[in-house]
Amino acid sequence: METPQTTQKKPLFAPIWKTLRMPLLALLAALVVGAVVMVISGDNPLVAYWGLLQGAFGSLEAISRTIRKAIPFIFTGLSVAFAFKAGLFNIGASGQFLMGTICAAAVGVNFEGLPWIIHMPLAILAGILGGALWGGIAGWLKVWKGAHEVISTIMLNYIASLFVSWTVYAGGTQGQQPGPLSDPVAAARAISQTRDVFESARIPPLLPQVFDRVHWGILLAIAVAVLIWWILQKTTLGFEIRTVGENPHAAQYAGIRVGRTMMLSMAIAGGLAGLAGAVETLGLNYKFAPEFTGSVGFEGITIALLGQTHPLGVVLASFLMGSLYGGASKMQFDSGVPGEIIQVVQALVLAFVAAPAIIHEIQRLIFRNRQSAGEEDTPTVHIAPEGGLGGTK
Amino acid sequence: MEESVLEVRDITKQFPGVLANDHVNLQLHKGEILALLGENGAGKSTLMNIVYGLYHPDSGEIYLNGECVTVSSPRDAIARGVGMVHQHFQLVEPMTVTENIILGSEVMRNAVLLNIDAARQQVDDLSREYGLEVDPDAIIEDLPVGVQQRVEIIKALYRHAKILILDEPTAVLTPQEIEDLFRVMRRLVEQGHSIIFITHKLKEVLAVAHRIVVMRNGGVVGEALPAESTEGSLASMMVGREVILKVPKGAAHPGEPVLDVSSLEVTDARGTKVVNNVSFQVRAGEILGVAGVQGNGQTELVEALTGLTRIGGGRITLGGQDLSGGTPRAFTEQGSGHIPENRHRYGMVAPYPISENLVLNQYYKAPFARGWGIRDYPAIDKHAQRLVELFDVRTPGVSTAGGSLSGGNQQKMVVARELGRQLSLLVAAQPTRGVDVGSIEFIHSQIVKQRDAGVAVLLVSAELDEIMALSDRIIVMYKGAIIGEVNAAEATREQLGLLMAGVHPTA
Amino acid sequence: MTQTHSLQKKNSRTGRTALWVGGSAVVFFLIAILVNQTPLKETSLRLFFGRSALNFTLRAAVPLILGALSGILCERSGIVNIGIEGMMLAGAFGAFVVKVATTALPLPLSLFLATLAALAIGGAMAFILAVLSIRYKVNQIISGTVIITLAAGLTTYLFNPDWVSKGKFSNITIPLLVKIPVIGEVLFNNGLLTYLTLLLVVVTQIMLFRSRWGLRTRAIGEHPRAADTMGINVNRMRYINTVIGGMLAGLAGAFLVLEAVGQFKEGMTAGRGFISLAAMIFGNWTPVGAFGAALLFGYTQALQNEFLLAGVTAVPRHFISMLPYVVTIVVVAGFVGRSRPPAAEGQVYESEM
Repeated sequence: METPQTTQKKPLFAPIWKTLRMPLLALLAALVVGAVVMVISGDNPLVAYWGLLQGAFGSLEAISRTIRKAIPFIFTGLSVAFAFKAGLFNIGASGQFLMGTICAAAVGVNFEGLPWIIHMPLAILAGILGGALWGGIAGWLKVWKGAHEVISTIMLNYIASLFVSWTVYAGGTQGQQPGPLSDPVAAARAISQTRDVFESARIPPLLPQVFDRVHWGILLAIAVAVLIWWILQKTTLGFEIRTVGENPHAAQYAGIRVGRTMMLSMAIAGGLAGLAGAVETLGLNYKFAPEFTGSVGFEGITIALLGQTHPLGVVLASFLMGSLYGGASKMQFDSGVPGEIIQVVQALVLAFVAAPAIIHEIQRLIFRNRQSAGEEDTPTVHIAPEGGLGGTK
Repeated sequence: MEESVLEVRDITKQFPGVLANDHVNLQLHKGEILALLGENGAGKSTLMNIVYGLYHPDSGEIYLNGECVTVSSPRDAIARGVGMVHQHFQLVEPMTVTENIILGSEVMRNAVLLNIDAARQQVDDLSREYGLEVDPDAIIEDLPVGVQQRVEIIKALYRHAKILILDEPTAVLTPQEIEDLFRVMRRLVEQGHSIIFITHKLKEVLAVAHRIVVMRNGGVVGEALPAESTEGSLASMMVGREVILKVPKGAAHPGEPVLDVSSLEVTDARGTKVVNNVSFQVRAGEILGVAGVQGNGQTELVEALTGLTRIGGGRITLGGQDLSGGTPRAFTEQGSGHIPENRHRYGMVAPYPISENLVLNQYYKAPFARGWGIRDYPAIDKHAQRLVELFDVRTPGVSTAGGSLSGGNQQKMVVARELGRQLSLLVAAQPTRGVDVGSIEFIHSQIVKQRDAGVAVLLVSAELDEIMALSDRIIVMYKGAIIGEVNAAEATREQLGLLMAGVHPTA
Repeated sequence: MTQTHSLQKKNSRTGRTALWVGGSAVVFFLIAILVNQTPLKETSLRLFFGRSALNFTLRAAVPLILGALSGILCERSGIVNIGIEGMMLAGAFGAFVVKVATTALPLPLSLFLATLAALAIGGAMAFILAVLSIRYKVNQIISGTVIITLAAGLTTYLFNPDWVSKGKFSNITIPLLVKIPVIGEVLFNNGLLTYLTLLLVVVTQIMLFRSRWGLRTRAIGEHPRAADTMGINVNRMRYINTVIGGMLAGLAGAFLVLEAVGQFKEGMTAGRGFISLAAMIFGNWTPVGAFGAALLFGYTQALQNEFLLAGVTAVPRHFISMLPYVVTIVVVAGFVGRSRPPAAEGQVYESEM
């Protein structure tokens, strides 16, 4: 029996808890299973997680690191979530990220003397366009050639990775030409990287007296998340994209150009991932070297689903994942547990968040005597329509 | 008394919100064809699915050959000699006839490999024994529906079914194929099988059944013998009152031609011409009915006339504007409304609220969107409020998901969207499919109202009664072409039936 | 009338494709024989048709063939498996770990145990995929992503760069057959896993189209409801097929570690799992077709290798390395729509019984 008090409380807290419950439980379950993996392989999970927590939130420096990690995650998470809304699976965020990186760097290391107000936005725009091109190619292949986006975006990831490596390639001793963006000074020492981008192309640091290397990109990321939410909910373009995602036939009936909308969605998704690359280059690294490609693979997928494909959920999820990745190095230093365990945890988060039924079963096991509440109305993430790799033609 | 092979006693089945079977009793005798007659939603299919083990009854018993049994699954039913041919065939399209028939009870060469030759022989024997002509090596998807149905029957016979349940078997057949099916049915009962034949078509019942049981609202309302029944008596039993076979409507006052179609062609993915050299006109203020057995190009014709499919040739002119090759939006903008035959596929976005569904093809226009494509939700809701009341869509509110409405209300929602704006042409495809009787009457009256308001109406329906009741003129499609045109006032069922079967009146 | 007509058309189309493919294979091998047996071998044609290119083609194709067979087993039963990449990687790692751990044992036994480990790990990963997809109804592309991420994470986390594996499957020459010019040398002088792979192509083809298991597998991938009503346990078959598929992917990993490279490297599968999927699509979900497609993709990798070995510098090596990926996109884009996936692929099946 419910007391009147709880029924009064319900409307205030229930919706928030209902939305956050599943992602948080998924994260918790993933951490528990991750701990089991650590125990099996002879590591101490308690020491590891304590290190992780400290590394993520233990100091201003740690918090700064968490925020720095979260910035690209927000953009790539938005990229994947946006594609989901159109019924597409963007598994190619890492390739689009790289194209964004290299395009932004190309503008950043050229055009000396441009005023800041022009140079930096121009470099960011170049990054967006680079990513959008890469996403758009996958969209074009899907719409007009029927190639499933999962296969084409993965292949485009490898191609992008090789392409950007070439642009900064230092050259070889047997007459191999250096890449067009290679820094001659570094190349002389056989190091493949670009020159530093000009001061005028950089994204300025945010409160440098408080934070360590946190830049205005974080505010841009949050603003873009709000913008994406607004586009999806409040504009006719958003309606068109969502309708194509929900029911492409009905969208066609409604007079929406389905193919064009899909391609546009894929280009926008690519642009968001490209923006991640641009912001990372212009705000943090100030140059591009192939080893920076690092950790933006499938995180976007996990983040999009952890955030229930809602743009603001994506922001929250990015901070969570950012804290995991941000704390990883400190954890490795403190406890000797390889930081790669975080990738395992991330895979588990993805598994649990995509399969809320597992969480329900766990809940049932733990609270055997109590019916686990609200099972029916747990928000399940809406994702791309089911189907195979056979293409759309 | 004759020997009873199947008997159901007091079967009750409740679905959320619907009492599908309410204490139903039924007997099937050995060697008879029992027609189970009733409207859509009367509970016939539910009852048969219970007998076949697809559903489990809430209460009641099933007796097979006098023995009380629990049928837990189709597997179980098959093992007990009950076979069912569903309305939607349970055939694996890219596999051969033989493979489909033996699936699950394979003829083996050894522990691992199939003995296809022996299986083919068995299929051949069965097909000869019952006059069910079929090529054992044909691929299912290359076969006409009539032959596919034969495969389904052989599938049941291969599993030694003595009781056959045929669920609406004639819905997809030409009159000729229906005759063939009846011949097979008679032969089967001669050889000791028993058949339950589910239908809502009165003529067929009178033609083939030995006994008729009528269902309504989940219960059995009566039993009759064909010799003592007429279509009228059966119809009133089925519907519970005198059926209005005529929709109340006055004479048409056709005006100028609104839609002009000339030499239209549509080619499908396989390169077959599915709409072949079709020409006709629809005038303002008239209803042109398109009759035909399903699958003779009507679907593609509608898709071509609404911009949903690319045309292979010919011209479509709407209100003087050439719209050949136009997009769906071009048609909508030109004042064309479309009630699609498959509302789940085209007509609605199930998870969207009713309000969004009601602006599905108007969302970009004022007042639903302002400059730069910013949507005006209050205007959308207001619009939805008005249409929901006007078209009697029964719903708790306009923010309810469209997909959670009942079939009839979903269809009324689609109709409301299309008829709720100023039209010059209405293309209505199967406008009352899967809809309850009350909603059918409502939708019919709305269509007539549009005609009387001067809208040109193209009505495509597989229900001959619907076509005859609503149309002012009727064209009949056969194999993608128009095989004939008749004046609705003078048309007879026989005349239309012959045309639908491809028999020219001149021949 | 129209039915027989379209049937004929379909037959003639497949016939023409077969003729085309067979014809170009014959021409290819004629040129290959000429290049390897005549003074033509001194020309740059050697890059394209040299014995080493052909050998490398088969070696590069083996993991793709196994991956594609894995995909076929899963997809024919209705489960989309984009996790092949992860299963391969996990299989490779499992083989490597067991190989290192059993160094003290005789080499054949050690290799055998390592291969078993790869099969087991691949199967286990596939079981996770199946549980997520079938029991928990997770979108199958996401379950596949879980497998890929999990495999990448676990193998990096657990990998110790100090471990070294010693010894691999050596080539077994088949007498007489190896004497056939060029073809014999390419086909009949290989490691055990390569022969096993070639055998598996034939076996899978026969099983899929001639056995009870194959009939039922094809049925549940096309129309699970129909199969269910005929007494076939759809989801149990999907579990079994997916796990066998995972074992094949694991075997591909074993091949990489135990026969091709000899060691494990992080991310060593380098997209082979995804290219396998492309081969499966290109091969129209048939083992023999996928075999042909895998050879084509293997050939692009061989070409890439030949160009790099030959020190071709006119084109930067990065662009040469793109070749397999570009060809994959071109083939998938050009061919999809003409091939036909199983109809129920990727859809959850819930029995109503």
